[in-house]
Amino acid sequence: MVQTDLIKDPHVLTGKLHWGVIPFHDPVVAPVMVAAILGGLLLVAFVTYKKLWGYLWDEWFTSVDHKKIGIMYCIVALVMLVRGFSDAILMRTHQALATSDSFGEGFLPPEHYDQIFTAHGVIMIFFVATPLMVGIMNVIMPLQIGARDVAFPFLNSLSFYLFLVGALLINISLFVGEFAATGWLAYTPLSGIEYSPGVGVDYWIWALQISGIGTTLTAVNFVATILKMRAPGMTMMKMPVFTWTTFCANIIALVIFPILTVAIAQLTLDRYLDFNFFTNDDGGNQMMWVNLIWAWGHPEVYFLVLPAFGMISEVTATFSRKKLFGYVSLVWATIAITILSFLVWLHHFFTMGSGASVNAFFGIMTMIIGIPTGVKLYNWIFTMYKGRVELTASMWWVIAMLVTFTVGGMTGVMLSIPANDFVLHNSMFVPAHFHNVIIGGAVYGYFAGFTYWFPKATGVKLNETLGKWSVALWFFGYFFAWFPLYYTGFDGMTRRLQYIDNPEWQASMYISLIGVALIAAGIAAQVGNIVLSLYKRNDPQYKDVTGDPWDAHTLEWYTTSPPQFYNFGDVPYINDRDPLLDMKQKGTAYKRPEKYERIHMPKNTWAGPVLGMLTLPMGFGFVWHIWWMVLVSVAAIFVCWIKLNFERDKDYYVEVPEVEEIEGKFLKSNEGRSFYFEKNAKFYKKWKPSDQK
Amino acid sequence: MKKKLFQSTMVFSLALLLSGCDLALFDSSGVTGKKIGDTLLLTMGLMLIVVIPTILMSIWIPYKYHASKKDDSYDPEWEHSSKIEFFAWGVPVVIIVILATITYFTSYSLDPRKELVSDKKPITIQVVAMDWKWLFLFPEEKIAVVNEVAFPVDTPVEFLVTSQSTMNSFFIPKLGGQIYAMAGMENRMNIMGNEIGEYRGISANYSGFGFAGMRFKAKVTSEEDFEKWKEGVKASGQVLTDAEYDRLIEKTRDHKVEYFSSINPLQFKNIIESFTGAQNGSN
Repeated sequence: MVQTDLIKDPHVLTGKLHWGVIPFHDPVVAPVMVAAILGGLLLVAFVTYKKLWGYLWDEWFTSVDHKKIGIMYCIVALVMLVRGFSDAILMRTHQALATSDSFGEGFLPPEHYDQIFTAHGVIMIFFVATPLMVGIMNVIMPLQIGARDVAFPFLNSLSFYLFLVGALLINISLFVGEFAATGWLAYTPLSGIEYSPGVGVDYWIWALQISGIGTTLTAVNFVATILKMRAPGMTMMKMPVFTWTTFCANIIALVIFPILTVAIAQLTLDRYLDFNFFTNDDGGNQMMWVNLIWAWGHPEVYFLVLPAFGMISEVTATFSRKKLFGYVSLVWATIAITILSFLVWLHHFFTMGSGASVNAFFGIMTMIIGIPTGVKLYNWIFTMYKGRVELTASMWWVIAMLVTFTVGGMTGVMLSIPANDFVLHNSMFVPAHFHNVIIGGAVYGYFAGFTYWFPKATGVKLNETLGKWSVALWFFGYFFAWFPLYYTGFDGMTRRLQYIDNPEWQASMYISLIGVALIAAGIAAQVGNIVLSLYKRNDPQYKDVTGDPWDAHTLEWYTTSPPQFYNFGDVPYINDRDPLLDMKQKGTAYKRPEKYERIHMPKNTWAGPVLGMLTLPMGFGFVWHIWWMVLVSVAAIFVCWIKLNFERDKDYYVEVPEVEEIEGKFLKSNEGRSFYFEKNAKFYKKWKPSDQK
Repeated sequence: MKKKLFQSTMVFSLALLLSGCDLALFDSSGVTGKKIGDTLLLTMGLMLIVVIPTILMSIWIPYKYHASKKDDSYDPEWEHSSKIEFFAWGVPVVIIVILATITYFTSYSLDPRKELVSDKKPITIQVVAMDWKWLFLFPEEKIAVVNEVAFPVDTPVEFLVTSQSTMNSFFIPKLGGQIYAMAGMENRMNIMGNEIGEYRGISANYSGFGFAGMRFKAKVTSEEDFEKWKEGVKASGQVLTDAEYDRLIEKTRDHKVEYFSSINPLQFKNIIESFTGAQNGSN
């Protein structure tokens, strides 16, 4: 977090690097740095002592198994959540202390505070929300459609490492140099070389560029998987809603991430080679950057929230013990949101001066999105109607989401009216609104899905009591943290203030701080829950023996928990939108198929981690202008890529006896249930889940 | 039930806050600002008509159909009802049609570019966002002020807004809307204050390290006080020469108020053209 605009001539060997860029004397960063280095060394020592490197390399790092890659995404997301949330604590504490009638005091100078709000936004969107969602998609989507893996398993591994490099670059920026202090979307001309001469924006550029390419590749992969690899009989209109929302979200990603890639490439040319795409003078156009970044940025929000809608749908249907209400409506609402999401980006800058007609168009398009979104809310509510609602921890997340997200929808419609926006724009009302929808809509949805599918991914159920505590703490924490800020927004308080000269807002800042403390407790409860549940994994209360702990409807539950590396011994023919429910009702569930066939599987590969991680020195070299490092990394990537293309030994077969042995154990553990379903098939309509045991 | 109680408390306290409050946006001292404040309350009220029942339903339905209930309302195969679907689409459509109509008309009527109707002759004030201060130029009086601006009450004011450096947003929350300040471009915003007073003026778009201190005083005065204020500025005797302007371009934080008694009448045009090159036609 040190200013680095002093070096004018990069050194041949070290570029712009020198000892002065490491913040030894920063009272906030230095202790964190020491702790991070010590923690890292301890972890390495532990892994070495336990002789786990070989296991980790063979079973995890080189794995192309979508389930393991998904789990690795989730782990990185949770680590980054702690980092991003620390930024949130710092910001709220600082603003509470920096509110007074003259000059606020606070404890962070603007050079530091401004990096924190930038890093918080970037981390939470790119390195927490996105990977948590991609992780859950990775684990669940192929299982839901009865696929053995994603369409391009190696690409999936590569995407993960590209994303990981982005996350690493951001964390390196904390200790070596500085991060951007421009706001999370790096508006030009502020992010241009003239106004941000340090390496902060370069870290921003390379972290987002590299991880963004990873997201594009993921989108290609998932769209191909859903289109081409569904189980026999599963037509598009028989796909589970989560798969539908995953499909639409990745269509969005496929359209928008190239915009981000190109826009960042243009900014890179501006900063490195004195181009003038977005500069103030020489024909540059700063408004073009704002348009491009929001043409990516707004659909990005729907990219994040659509899969959460899918997770909410699955959880609600399962725990209401009913079929999902209005499946067709939900699918069309999803498609409508997908298309409309491309037509609203200008609502982020009504105040740029486009004029009344343009503003009215984008305002109305924005509120039209409210219609399919409202339909979804009603469909979830009516899924519970006439059901037998079991209020598990995942259902608590769903209800927390329904309540919070509705409030966020209301403030969103208020903002979409240009006249209102002329006074609300960039006020505290705006962050309050988008936290309302991103936390209340997307994140609560992810946590519902996370709790629901945790036993599928790990074979262990989470603790219900701790789970409910974390919902309650997040729920109340959210309202405490953000309602005071809606209030100050109405009073004309703008966002991103390093000090606040209006003492009337002080009480609001302190109430908000209480909210942050509650959410921190909620996160602690979640982390504690994961640790506790994994520790007690063999306890009958936690262990998932059947592979179907919630008595659910969809295909991902028709295999062991965690699933075998080949997912399904025999992929059943799909006759219904709820295939597992259908099999239970017909009494055909958990019956041995007539014969097994040998299974074609991809082999693990070194190429994902090696190719992916080589972009780390490349990005770092670009940031610090260490050109030899860039050249060596690019050359190495090229060589590895050529070598990979000459490899022939990429796949293998799982032979029938091995499949029979594994599947035999699985069917045996479900013998009782199979018998039950067969016997009770015709009474299934009034069958109550509690009768099952 | 706890959540329900909490939610109704929140809604109630929100309504209470808004009814008797003196929040800047609802207690505006400007003509446009008042209308915007009304639109804000109207649209929030309209949304609450659907939002409150939806929230209550999402708590009441899982309570009503909780697994512990033993009545025979359970119907696991029930997954479609045209009647309910009609309302699920219909209710949002109706509310959005109403709101879209409001949006359409207010986008034009409350557009900050629209000239305000008044008997009085409008005054023009040119605004330059700088790192990190605001420079106000009065082209007719040939005076300039940093971080302070005054204009008479009930008189339309046309602000012409540009930037010397990064993107900012020119905003006086108590008086009305805001507009971006961008280098090489001229944006326009009309404001009319109808209560005498001194208001906070800010930048509403983050523009760098000195952003938090980029504030000015906006004084809405009587005609006499406005004349006096101008006399005071003219009495400063400081000329906004090129050298002085270069001094202002330097990055400063929490810049003090400065008066300039004389300026180049083409200063504003020159600032814009320093980025775009000479422009033909009117500017």
